[in-house]
Amino acid sequence: MLGPQNSTFVMYDEEFKRISVVIDKLLREANAKVIFLVDKNGQLIAGCGETEHLDTTSLASLTAGNIAATGGLAKLIGEKEFSILFHEGEKDNIHISIVAQRVILVVIFDHRSSLGLVRLRVKKASEELAAIFDDLAKKTASNAEQGGGPASPFAEITDDDIDNLFS
Amino acid sequence: MSFINYASREINCKIVYYGPGLCGKTTNLQHVYQKTAPEAKGKMISLATETERTLFFDFLPLALGEIRGFKTRFHLYTVPGQVFYDASRKLILKGVDGVVFVADSQEERLDANIESMENLKVNLEEQGYQLEQLPFVIQYNKRDLPNVTSVAELRELLNPDNVPDFEGCAQTGEGVFETLKAVAKLILMELKKGSGG
Repeated sequence: MLGPQNSTFVMYDEEFKRISVVIDKLLREANAKVIFLVDKNGQLIAGCGETEHLDTTSLASLTAGNIAATGGLAKLIGEKEFSILFHEGEKDNIHISIVAQRVILVVIFDHRSSLGLVRLRVKKASEELAAIFDDLAKKTASNAEQGGGPASPFAEITDDDIDNLFS
Repeated sequence: MSFINYASREINCKIVYYGPGLCGKTTNLQHVYQKTAPEAKGKMISLATETERTLFFDFLPLALGEIRGFKTRFHLYTVPGQVFYDASRKLILKGVDGVVFVADSQEERLDANIESMENLKVNLEEQGYQLEQLPFVIQYNKRDLPNVTSVAELRELLNPDNVPDFEGCAQTGEGVFETLKAVAKLILMELKKGSGG
């Protein structure tokens, strides 16, 4: 997703805050209930709104599975990807879109909003998010090259640390 | 691909359980789920058919504790083992950090094990991975059954590179945590290598 496929995806404080500002604004402007960002491997990156009663970890994993399956379908019919998915429920709806071909933006909304409004606001927020993820990719790449950035928590990890996890 | 989040001080890694149909991948996850403290696990999700065969994947998030102040989470996935679900298996391997191959020790499943191992290599290569370079462990499951192939023979056929391997009986839980611990350890050591430490 960011950088070479097998490398680690790193999120820094600064970009995390910038992302939070964008999705908070999107939540308000789209009258949405919940918004979260997931990477294509199913890891939750950020979320806001009424998340406390939601199993966001499961939602993230299933969203990524959904995008992966839909992407597989797209390839089978000769499309690159389907960049927007929409699931309509009785009360709540889910709007899923791919940002900059990298991350998945999920907006959950009810009758207080509408598909049109959500689509409009998502489009604008996507551009802002894409810019942030571009910066993040550059930062990760330059830190990897120069060995800069915050110290990796793994640099001095010991066997004991690992064994303690399973005790 | 692991995900290090400095903002929330979290590390997320993805482990995929691979193997032929009915070898016990889901049973491994179910045992981990049953034996893990409630605060350390999330909900286990199974996308299965009406006959409890895995259709897309099983998913179990585990929060094991902290390393150097970072919450360490492992996301466990299984693939559908049946041959015709190959398209789904490929999708689940995306972004994998470590692989557990669950072999079915029964004599009549020997060919199925070999075929599934080959399939794993092919599917990983399609995603740009080499199995030899990934954290990888093998579990010889169903050791409690009467008609099993010897471990020596399974080793020779499935484990030429001598990766960590374990005898298991996922139904009773034997070997399940040893297997998980081994692959988690390899993943964390790999992250350490990657960090230049």
